Amino acid sequence: MSTPDMEKGSAPRVQPVRYARKEYWNEPTMNWWEKAYLPEVLRGLAITTGVFLRNMGKWITGRRGAVTTYYPEERRADFAPRNRGKHVLTQRPDGSVQCIACNMCATVCPAKVIEIEPGFDMNDPAHPKYPVRFEIDYSRCVFCGMCVEACPEDAIRMEPDVPNLVSDDRYNMWMTMDEMMTWRPQSDVAKPYPPKPVSLTRAARSEGGAPSKH
Amino acid sequence: MSSALPDLVMALVFIAYSMVMLLSFGGLLTWVERKQSAVMSDRIGANRAYIRIPFTNIKLVWMGLFHGMADGAKMLLKENFKPNAHDKLGYFLAPFVVFTPVLLVFAVVPFGGTIDPGALFPSLANWFGGRTYPMQIAQLDAGLLVVFAFSGLTIIGAMLAGWASENKFSLLGGLRAGSQMISYELVMGLTVMGLILIYGTVDLGSIVRQQSGQLLGVLPAWGVFQQPLAAFLFLTAAIAENKRIPFDLPEAESELVAGYFTEYSAMKLGLFMFSEFIQIAIVAALFSTLFLGGYNLPFMSDAGFLLPGGREIALSQGVRVPLQMLTFLGKVALLCVVQIQIRWTLPRFRYDQMLGLSWKLLLPVSVANLVATVLVQWWRGGGA
Repeated sequence: MSTPDMEKGSAPRVQPVRYARKEYWNEPTMNWWEKAYLPEVLRGLAITTGVFLRNMGKWITGRRGAVTTYYPEERRADFAPRNRGKHVLTQRPDGSVQCIACNMCATVCPAKVIEIEPGFDMNDPAHPKYPVRFEIDYSRCVFCGMCVEACPEDAIRMEPDVPNLVSDDRYNMWMTMDEMMTWRPQSDVAKPYPPKPVSLTRAARSEGGAPSKH
Repeated sequence: MSSALPDLVMALVFIAYSMVMLLSFGGLLTWVERKQSAVMSDRIGANRAYIRIPFTNIKLVWMGLFHGMADGAKMLLKENFKPNAHDKLGYFLAPFVVFTPVLLVFAVVPFGGTIDPGALFPSLANWFGGRTYPMQIAQLDAGLLVVFAFSGLTIIGAMLAGWASENKFSLLGGLRAGSQMISYELVMGLTVMGLILIYGTVDLGSIVRQQSGQLLGVLPAWGVFQQPLAAFLFLTAAIAENKRIPFDLPEAESELVAGYFTEYSAMKLGLFMFSEFIQIAIVAALFSTLFLGGYNLPFMSDAGFLLPGGREIALSQGVRVPLQMLTFLGKVALLCVVQIQIRWTLPRFRYDQMLGLSWKLLLPVSVANLVATVLVQWWRGGGA
């Protein structure tokens, strides 16, 4: 609503600095050949038909022409070697569960999927607490591995496997304790159990911390 | 008096054949569409529905063929939900108004050459009395006009569905369907005018027979070689007429839920879907009849082959009739696959682009094509 009269007496206006606005997107750059649309349609059809014929040729000659799999029947064999998709509860040499039901994994779990019901065993003075029930809801687990890091007893680990989650019912996706106790101490090469008994003095010597003789 | 009964029997046989062919095409195309789209995008496609042989644990999957049956059963068994506010008569009629013309169009399409049933079945020769029948339900002189008249009716069905549902999305879809189909109907009509000029008739049987000759001594005298531009325009307009991607704006699910059949459920929705699939087969049949020599292989006519070198191969009727029927089915199947390939390749147009394409590009081009055809025909006829 500024009229020339209103501006007459006022001070000379400060011209606002004009910053070059950043262009966040490209203007579509198409040449006339692409704008003609039809050649590009034909090119697209050639691409899709090529893919179709390639895959069809594979299917007809008895090979797989798809990158997808029939999931529950077929599993992909090419999971990364570092993939950790299933929990295991480690065991003591006598086969009892190593977990002491301290609830640290359940506390640290960001998805709150671990449920532990502790029990008390007074016949084992070294490990009086043990889990009666240790269950993980795999329908909510995010596979972050923080339970493994939190465990003070190395009682829970994750192994390069995938859980069999296929189910009609979300309550069938709970992994119970007996399903997780598949690890056998004897077959673990990376970390034999029990570790060799090491005396404190020998350990100190081997580390080079012992006083030298000369 | 005695001639009426064989005529009736043959007509019923032809009708039964066409119905079975169209409905099985409609059913199979759902499977073809699923599987073809899967294969062309590196997927496997529908493969879960099965039929278990009773008392055994053998499950027949057959590459997902039973998904069509599962679809049909689902459509039939679902609740026939009706919106509270709907125009009862229009809502009820619309699926049938869409579905029926699609089937009726095929009445004038010839699916085989002339058949002499007396010669095929000698024991019935007396009864047929030597009469021959062109394999076509209705031998109408106005064949092509009937096609356009009936396919124009489907517009009414779509608009009726959109109006009677009393839903904003449906109404928008119906409006879109109306404007789109009317625009492309026009293009379709104009492209075919050139063919009518060349063949001098609108009788589809006669059009097919005229395509069995030679063109320039090398090519078969197919419409696609005489009118390549018209063939392309016709296919484009026919796909648009069928309201499938890239022209599926009347039912654009990201904008209009499901367009003019948003409020439909159960088998009424199934009829809309089914008519769409049958219309693919109809478009393929019309295209092959008008542009690809119909039921004939190249250089083939009812008498046999007449190859460009002047060689003739005579065919007996027992060979020719199945060959012609198979050729027609093969052409239709191939064109259906082509249409599905187009549908799964191109993205949807914007609405103004779609109408602009019709009125600013296809219509002028088809008029130019028509004018050029007129001039060429005039020059061929000696001018003046």
